[in-house]
Amino acid sequence: MRAHPIRTAVIAALAWLVAFFVLAPYLYMFVTALKPRSEVFTFPQGYLPETWQWSNFVEVWDRIPLFEYLRNTLIIAGLSTVLAVAVALPAAYYTARRRFRGRRAFLLLVLVTQMFAPTALVIGIFREMKVLGLTDTYLALILTNAGFNLAFSIWILHAYFSSIPVELEEAALLDGCGRLAALAKVTLPLAVPGVITAVIFTFIAAWNEFIVALTLTTDADTQPLTVGITSFIGEYQVQWQYLFAASLVAVVPVVVLFAFIERYLVSGLTAGSIKG
Amino acid sequence: MTATSKTVPASAATGVGKAGGPPTGKPGAGRPSPGRGKRPGTDHPLTPLLWLGPALLLIAGVVLWPVVEMVLTSVREVSRAGVIRGWAGLENFEALFDEPDLVPVLIRTLIWVVGVVGVTLLISLGLAQLLNARFPGRKLVRWAMIVPWAASVVMTAIVWRWILDFFHGMGNTILLDLGLIDAPRDWLGEPGLAWLWLMWVAVFVSLPFTTYVLLAGLQTIPGDVYEAAQVDGASRWRTYRTITLPLLKPAVLVATVINVINVFNSFPIIWAMTRGGPGHDTDTTTTFMFKLLRLDKEVGQSAAMAVLNFLMIVVMVLFYLKAVRWKEVD
Repeated sequence: MRAHPIRTAVIAALAWLVAFFVLAPYLYMFVTALKPRSEVFTFPQGYLPETWQWSNFVEVWDRIPLFEYLRNTLIIAGLSTVLAVAVALPAAYYTARRRFRGRRAFLLLVLVTQMFAPTALVIGIFREMKVLGLTDTYLALILTNAGFNLAFSIWILHAYFSSIPVELEEAALLDGCGRLAALAKVTLPLAVPGVITAVIFTFIAAWNEFIVALTLTTDADTQPLTVGITSFIGEYQVQWQYLFAASLVAVVPVVVLFAFIERYLVSGLTAGSIKG
Repeated sequence: MTATSKTVPASAATGVGKAGGPPTGKPGAGRPSPGRGKRPGTDHPLTPLLWLGPALLLIAGVVLWPVVEMVLTSVREVSRAGVIRGWAGLENFEALFDEPDLVPVLIRTLIWVVGVVGVTLLISLGLAQLLNARFPGRKLVRWAMIVPWAASVVMTAIVWRWILDFFHGMGNTILLDLGLIDAPRDWLGEPGLAWLWLMWVAVFVSLPFTTYVLLAGLQTIPGDVYEAAQVDGASRWRTYRTITLPLLKPAVLVATVINVINVFNSFPIIWAMTRGGPGHDTDTTTTFMFKLLRLDKEVGQSAAMAVLNFLMIVVMVLFYLKAVRWKEVD
């Protein structure tokens, strides 16, 4: 389409304004994290710190069990992702390549579980983990996160495997590769973008999970960051500067991770076939 | 997420409660033509279990078991300590329906879902169009757009709570400086105001996933369609209304259903900002259910609420299956 310079300028200005509004809350998070306590609890609140208290980012580690929370989140999100993708890969491959009785039923089951968020089932999950004696354990959270994100991984990998021509594998088979070798050497490398998307989505979902962790964990030994940080709100006086310093430690890596997959994001969402 | 999440996709999404949105669409895009895999005698009938077994086990153990456990709990008498005392029949449901707060909470949930999803879609349609246009710095703006999706919903809700703080919030400072208010206001202390702000934050976290789904939809529309419209001398608005919107319908549909489910399940926003208070004035069914469980220790009643919630989601899932035209998928 024609690119009129004034039109482009207006669009650019508008878009930049939107970007600013979207980022503003997080900028404010950052600014608050850098204020000394005396400036946090003033009225009216100043736009920028008068003293830039960079030491907040050091002190926060002593004020909150931030190390424990981060460790818990990393273990839970990491292992959930490994489990979900490891289980999803064979299922996605097989349903993409083979016709068999129950295939349709399986895909329907996957689609339906995708729609059930842990929020709706939290009481059932709580009762189950109580029965299994798994409350306050990593395992409970890992299984839950993996289970509820499995559907997305299967879905996206199924779409990727389907788009890879069978002929490539058959050629490898003719060359004397075994079935699994053909899968590992030919198909899997081609599905890498799908695997990356599945990994990052699962990881971020597990990283941000809240309600199950809130229900199943009670102390810093197993609580992830999301729950740990919120437990500081509602107490007598919230130390906002520390709370936000801790939040940024959690948020920044994930945002960077997401920025990396930006290009997969649109193609991934399209591969999920919005084409209808 | 959710979402966004889902999957997102969603949310991940989810955005949204589930920040990583959930996946969109139907299976098998570009799948080999039917019959290709039917090489006779290739697989033993039990072979599928080998490949699908782990997935089935995980789904059964983590998703289906809780469903059963939830339904069982809703018809049992459970002590405050969580010990099962026996069958309760429908007593838990009767007690739930006697709660004076139930009807307002249900109505509020409806307003929450319709309002948040509607506004999100309207804004996202505009944003997707904006981000699809060419302009300097587009990559950076798109990247900025992802941030609320990637940043956890909990953290986003907390920073909004701090912005809206009565005494120390930046919100009051800015509005006072702009002369829009004469005195600081307690945005989250008054039920009506708090409710509007909660809905705004829910829209804010749902925008990225929705915009990206619509953006993906826009990019599937071939450019020559527009050229033809231009040759015909159609105005921009007319082109948008008669060409873009109809072609965008599948994306809008998927975005709608996934958002409805994510927003319905959204818990952290309300929990982090108002805890559903004052009283039950900003509760939706999910926070109400959680309060019955955690604060009132009415496990059975909470399970009854969960079953009610679950039934509503089942209805939505049926709509979703219809939306992605599951029946037409072979």
